[in-house]
Amino acid sequence: MTELLKNRTVPVLLFVLLALVPVYASLFDDRFVLLFATRILILALAALSLDFILGLGAMVSFGHAAYLGLGAYAIGILAAHDVWEAWISFPVVILVSALFAAVTGAISLKTRGVYFIMITLAFGQMAYYTATSLSAYGGDDGLTMWGRTEFFGTDLFANDTSFYLVVFGILLGSYLFLKQVAASRFGRVLKGARQNEARLNALGIDPFKYRLAAFVIAGVMAGLAGALLANHAEFVSPAYMSWHRSGELIVMVVLGGLGYLHGAILGAIAFLALEEILSGYTEHWRLIFGPLLILVVLYARGGILGAFKGRGK
Amino acid sequence: MTTPVLELKELNKSYGALHVTRNVSITVGPGEIHAIIGPNGAGKTTLIGQICGALPSDSGRVFFAGEDVTALPVAKRAMRGLGRSFQITAILPEFSALENVALGVQAKAGHSFRFFRSAARDEGLNEKARQCLDTVGLLGRVDIRAGDLSHGEKRVLELAIALAGQPKVLLLDEPMAGAGPDESARLVDVLGALKVSIPMLLVEHDMDAVFKLADRISVLVYGEIIASGSVEEIRNNPAVKEAYLGSEEGV
Repeated sequence: MTELLKNRTVPVLLFVLLALVPVYASLFDDRFVLLFATRILILALAALSLDFILGLGAMVSFGHAAYLGLGAYAIGILAAHDVWEAWISFPVVILVSALFAAVTGAISLKTRGVYFIMITLAFGQMAYYTATSLSAYGGDDGLTMWGRTEFFGTDLFANDTSFYLVVFGILLGSYLFLKQVAASRFGRVLKGARQNEARLNALGIDPFKYRLAAFVIAGVMAGLAGALLANHAEFVSPAYMSWHRSGELIVMVVLGGLGYLHGAILGAIAFLALEEILSGYTEHWRLIFGPLLILVVLYARGGILGAFKGRGK
Repeated sequence: MTTPVLELKELNKSYGALHVTRNVSITVGPGEIHAIIGPNGAGKTTLIGQICGALPSDSGRVFFAGEDVTALPVAKRAMRGLGRSFQITAILPEFSALENVALGVQAKAGHSFRFFRSAARDEGLNEKARQCLDTVGLLGRVDIRAGDLSHGEKRVLELAIALAGQPKVLLLDEPMAGAGPDESARLVDVLGALKVSIPMLLVEHDMDAVFKLADRISVLVYGEIIASGSVEEIRNNPAVKEAYLGSEEGV
């Protein structure tokens, strides 16, 4: 099993299966599965971006959902002003998320440990309350979009299958990008700073700017996830950036296995599938999910991927 | 007289009423090992912190190759060539021995905002890292996870990491601490061979090693240099014997 993790079987298998979802959906005419899978992949993108800073750089951001909201609101607000073109809205999403990440990151990354968690949480909540007070754009109730982002006049986003493929493509591209970055000199500094900051300093490396750059990369990626989420639901809500959602993203990353990147995707799938299944039995599904999570943390430290690894030893 | 590589002028540091470093002035010249010895609690580690920039000094200045670096943070001083090893082993346990050292090479090579090429397959980095590991005799252990190395091997790896940054001077904070007799002997050989090219400030408890390696010794007691001189002078200094070596008759 360790071998299985070392070579690329798990991520390849994962992406192949995900690519086959639309085939399955069209064969069995199952629109629900397609929509549900789309939602999973969008949140997987956010979880993936969080794993990049949390798993590789040990930056426990408890405000990562803010980017989901920022991306979604950028799309929603532009749509409210009748701007639907992707070539305008997506650069705006990227810019807004990058800016928010750069400013909040520059402040948060001056702190460590619990203080970093608290300060990212505070920034997340700030974004959340700002959104609830945007009365022109629905305030508490959120903002309904009457359509989806347009892509040079095509129905790329409007058609469920092609939208799934867009989301899939962005997720795959982001995964491959982050995988590459993790193995680069930049990634090495990030991983090194997690292990011993004093050692890096003594070598002449100030980890701050590298951490900030990673924080911005992750923020932009989560912002893109938010833009996709708005398109998926055709609705934008402050709830996207509540601290519950930030917590759920952390749970997905831990559940899948910290620091593997594709672990975050597995974690998102497991989390949302469990939520879907358990909530089918009872509305108190969290009563079951909570203990389950405790068991994972206690007995399968490395999450789903770690469990594979442990069995192989 | 040639410019000292490292010069401390009247360094002071207090923690509240506790005056930990008192008017410490020492130099390290090219090609020499200047050892600092002193009983526990003499303020050696504090002094190291002040030199490398981790601790701000209350007063006094630190000169590096004639330039005042007192105001520079740790990373900037390191980039100018101030390498160090830590008293408590500071390696990156999850990385292989090679990757630990390769990171040092990478740091010296400039900024690390390189996102796409695989660092592990960068032979430019690996080749230099292997040379450093060869210097300290760890070439047979390049692929071992650093956290799985023996304690002595970690001490040696620590030195290899410091060497990877091509330092102009090395601050060694008890490099022999916890190393077995064989490893200590190896470290003494390695450091002795290196001092021609890299001058060192050596803080060490192992007197055998200090007497073998040092060109000059300064004795730090209660934050103050009470004596400074050659190995012979220090051995025969009555004040030093009194304060420090008294209980170790026959050293």
